[in-house]
Formats: sequence, structure tokens, C-alpha cells
Amino acid sequence: MHVGVAWFLGVSAVLFGIGLYGVFTRRSPIILLLSVEIMLNGSNLALISVARYWGEQSGQVFALVVMAVAASEVVVGLGLVVAMARRRADLDVDSLTGLRN
Amino acid sequence: MTYDIVFVVASALAIISALGVILSGNPFHSALALIGNLVALAALYLLLQSDFLAAAQVIVYAGAVMIMFLFVIAYLGGRATEPVRARPWWQTLAALAAAVAVVVEVGFAIEEQAFGDGASVSEAFGAPQAIAASFLGRYVLTFEATSVLLLIAAVGGVTLAAHRPAPREEGAVSAFEIERPAPEVSLQAEVVDALTRFDVVRAGQVRDEDGET
Repeated sequence: MHVGVAWFLGVSAVLFGIGLYGVFTRRSPIILLLSVEIMLNGSNLALISVARYWGEQSGQVFALVVMAVAASEVVVGLGLVVAMARRRADLDVDSLTGLRN
Repeated sequence: MTYDIVFVVASALAIISALGVILSGNPFHSALALIGNLVALAALYLLLQSDFLAAAQVIVYAGAVMIMFLFVIAYLGGRATEPVRARPWWQTLAALAAAVAVVVEVGFAIEEQAFGDGASVSEAFGAPQAIAASFLGRYVLTFEATSVLLLIAAVGGVTLAAHRPAPREEGAVSAFEIERPAPEVSLQAEVVDALTRFDVVRAGQVRDEDGET
């Protein structure tokens, strides 16, 4: 067995799929954010392994950008969770239907 | 050979801990499993000679971001656990189908590609100097956009989390906030108190032009 870039891409695809399943099935906003983190990390692994494959820095730079995006997403998402908790709302994404109509 | 073993162990750990994140009922356990996932991914980054990113992953992600998660989970306490209501079975099935479809599709795309051995890179690949030259040279606009994004996120987070709480019902007790009038309200009350004490103005009385009440 030779571990090439294809194996890393396979692992990244599996991580992305796991995160996707988590986003679809869980209802706690915190676990949703954690699942999105898994998806972002899967894409990060793909970026970095392809950067290594081509011997290019660009993929690593964009992996850093993805990290910054993930941090921003966590800040805003956790801010929302805290605001929900302050308003005594149910911590359940399915019950947030105030904008439905 | 060592490379292969490290790859297998690290990727197995990453996948198992990712499954732990989405299958655990306790958000605290989920967050801890995600830390394991991030550390395993850092090991994979090291295999890909991305030393700086591996370090950034451990420090920024496993350190700072996850601490934030754990703080919020601790703040929420028991409310963070998921309400127990079963989803309809077809929703779980659809989610599983979507996830498997993505993995299979990407798998076929990888299979089609027939990747070779990859470029040979020097020792300096993935070093902080090389990334800085890229980030602050060719991708400087991206760098600036990222900094603006982080600033917006910080302001947004403060705005969201520092929002005044909604008026709560009578008799509700909070461990975090003590009922206390706002400073300007108490100041106003003192001024009104002082004015009435010296009989200058009484509530509900209006003076006419002669200064009589």
C-alpha cells in the first residue's frame, strides 16, 4: 500500500460526509456548529493535501483563510446560542421558526 | 512504512472522533471528541509537510476555538443537552443518503483522477516563511479581506451576546443578573427627590406665568 494524495482526499471526503450527517440529524445548535467544524476541517485537509501534491503554497494559504472563517463562524454562532439562552428560548434549531411567515 | 502506520492511525482517530462528535448525546463529550479530531488532523498535516498549519491547527483550533465552545457549554449547563424528541425515520435516512452520496461521489472523482506521486518539495515547504511570503505577497488582498471578516465577526459576536435580556416573568430568579436600576434611572430619582424636598416642583403641578403653582 502506498499512501498517496488520494487517501488523504478520501479521508477528507469521509469527514465531510460525517459532518453533513451531523448537520442534518442533530437539533442542538452547539452540536450543529461542531458538525460544521468537522466539515470545514475535511475541506481543509483536502486543500492541504492537494497543496502538497502540487508543491504549491496557495492551498495552505487558503487553509489558513478557512481557519479564520471557521473562527468567525464560531463567534457569531455561539453569540446566537448565548442570545437564545438569554431569551429563555428552547435550544432547538427546529423551534426557531419566527421568520417562517 | 512508518508513514503508512501514522497515516492509518491518525485518520482512524480522526474519523472515530468525528463520529463521536455527532453521535454523542452530551455536548461536552462532543466538544472533547472534536478536540481529538483536530489533533489527529494536525498529525495528518504533519505527514503532508505542512508544519505551520499543524501548529496553527493545534493552537488556534484545538486551543482557542474549542475553549470558547467549552465556555459556552459550561455557561448553558444542563440546558445544552439536546431535547429528546425523535426525528421521523425518513429524515435520518435522507441525511444518511445525502452524506453517503457525497462520499461516494467524491470517491469516484478521486478514482478518476489517477494521482501520481506528487511534486517533490524542499524542506522549506510549509515553513512559516514560505506561507508568509505567499500570504503577504500574492494573496495580500485575501489577507486583508480575512482581517475585515474577523473584525466584523468580533463586533457581531459582541453585539449578539451583549444584548439586554428580555423582561422575565415575575418571580423568576437568575444566578447571573441581580436586579438593579440602571445608573441614569437612580440618578434621576435622586434629582426628583431633591427637588421635591426643597418644594420647588411637585409632581402633577404646573406653574402659570406668575410663577404660582
